[in-house]
Amino acid sequence: MAPGPLQIGKKMLELKNIQTSYGNIQALKNVSLHINIGEIITLIGGNGAGKSSTLMTVSGIIPSQAGKVLFKGQEIQNLKADQIVAMGICQVPEGRHIFPDLSVRENLDMGAFLRRDRAGIKTDLEYVYSLFPILAQRRSQSGGTLSGGEQQMLALSRALMARPELLLLDEPSMGLAPLIIRQIFEIIKKINQEQNATIFLVEQNAHQALHIADRGYVIENGMITLTDTAQNLLNNDEVQKAYLGI
Amino acid sequence: MFPLKDLKRSLLVSLWFALLTFPLMVIQVDPIERVVNWRWHNMFFVAMGSFVISVVSKVFFAQKEQQLARKRDAGDEVSETLFQRVLHEPRALFLLSMASLVFALAFPFLFSTYQTNVMTTALMYVVLGLGLNIVVGLAGLLDLGYVAFYAVGAYSYALLNHHFGLGFWTVLPVGGLMAAFFGILLGFPVLRLRGDYLAIVTLGFGEIIRLILENWNDFSMGPSGIANIARPGLFGLDLNLNMAILYLYYLMIALLMITVFVVNRLQDSRLGRAWVALREDEIACQAMGIDKTRTKLVAFALGAFWAGIIGVVFAAKTTFVNPASFTFLESAIILSIVVLGGMGSIVGVIFAALILILLPEYLRFLSEYRMLVFGAILVLMMVFRPEGLISNRRRIYQFKKKG
Repeated sequence: MAPGPLQIGKKMLELKNIQTSYGNIQALKNVSLHINIGEIITLIGGNGAGKSSTLMTVSGIIPSQAGKVLFKGQEIQNLKADQIVAMGICQVPEGRHIFPDLSVRENLDMGAFLRRDRAGIKTDLEYVYSLFPILAQRRSQSGGTLSGGEQQMLALSRALMARPELLLLDEPSMGLAPLIIRQIFEIIKKINQEQNATIFLVEQNAHQALHIADRGYVIENGMITLTDTAQNLLNNDEVQKAYLGI
Repeated sequence: MFPLKDLKRSLLVSLWFALLTFPLMVIQVDPIERVVNWRWHNMFFVAMGSFVISVVSKVFFAQKEQQLARKRDAGDEVSETLFQRVLHEPRALFLLSMASLVFALAFPFLFSTYQTNVMTTALMYVVLGLGLNIVVGLAGLLDLGYVAFYAVGAYSYALLNHHFGLGFWTVLPVGGLMAAFFGILLGFPVLRLRGDYLAIVTLGFGEIIRLILENWNDFSMGPSGIANIARPGLFGLDLNLNMAILYLYYLMIALLMITVFVVNRLQDSRLGRAWVALREDEIACQAMGIDKTRTKLVAFALGAFWAGIIGVVFAAKTTFVNPASFTFLESAIILSIVVLGGMGSIVGVIFAALILILLPEYLRFLSEYRMLVFGAILVLMMVFRPEGLISNRRRIYQFKKKG
């Protein structure tokens, strides 16, 4: 589904004054942001700023206390995680969470769990194999025996198998070598262009993330403190000091 | 040659065993003569025996290790056992199951009624094991209170038959559904729990059911139980005891075949996939859109359903139920069947159930040493095959290279 002229600039996801807490600790105090159809946006911030909590709230794994999450104009903050996936939002959880005892192929099949169109699944399988030829080589190997980079590729591919409209990526660069990180980010960009997937990228590696993103948000202590185009953020003094180490 | 260090260890092992078995093997109190017989020669035999076994097993392990190392050097993958290869060859598997089916059908004509009766019990445990296998082996939910559902099935039939005169065939599905209902009842509060915590709660649940049956006299007639439960009917025919045993045996064979078919299909279904995925990683499952709540509840309900069915058969077979039949020991035995057989493996569970239930019967000639030997066999089985008798190798996709 290519974004038609009318759809460009339309909101895919909107968070309005989201508050989330773990027990007594409030992780998100007031988060509002939006993602337009076809965009890559990135949420950057330090440890414990609330990046992952934002994603987990969107995907319904942690419930929010207040505020609204709108997906294509529909409220989804009260839906269960599996219903949200069924609507077309797929998350690649932090730390990859692949199924260690299932084979690569079975992991990918799990990604297509909610789909029934055999032909479409087959095309998508070939597509992810073409994105990551190494996975095709290792398809009958069990997931736990893959290297970290390969596991990240598998987690990303598995999410693609759900053919999501909105892809939530939680720190895809975590624990990977710089070369692999660059490769993963290139693929993310490619997925955005070829599959028309809108991408919400949460990253510590602000430099790489801002390079492929259209816009960015900065989160601190559970609140959005800054938002701009990715290019402007890269040139922003404060961002450079705090997150880019320049 | 055999290294001296190992020899020393074996010596220590034999001394330790001699010491351990001292009270059992050496001291014999004769209460009539009021004397103690010191059987020192037994100590010698124990020491010698354990020494020889220790040395032999060490040599055996060393050789096995060498073989493995050689294979690894040669670049071979660790080979499957002959049996696993047979299991993965569809034609051989077909022949094997046909042969065992023919044997099972001919069994009552080859052996005595007593043997048939014992075999019926063993078959019941096979089905119980397969039922628990859904919960523990596939979905990875450690359930220590499985016997509760067995009890629910048995008491469903006992009470419905006693009060309303309902027949076996009417109650068979009712008992299963009742148990499934209790499975869901237990499932709801424990959905958030995993591993050890889940095990403790299910253990508690099993005890609660048993204690209710024991103490609620007006409802379940307490510890004295319910007697004179009708045997299964066969088109209103009057069966004598031998015929009834025969009938029950064939009924169990049929039930087992249905169970194996259903469990096998379940394993390969979407639901089976979801269970296995849930066992591996819950967060990933949610991210894939699997409904965690429903998937777990279905596992509990389906596992309980089989237990309920077998409970009804149990009540019909013994014609008497009381709470003493549903202790924690039963849960432990059924769980052992699943673990010994190899989690998630159907053939493994069948073998393990036959071994665990038939072995104590056929070890009767050992009289008081029966349970000792039984325990030793269990320990050995776990030492040599820690993944179960026949570990479950999930189906592997085979890709043929082009060109």
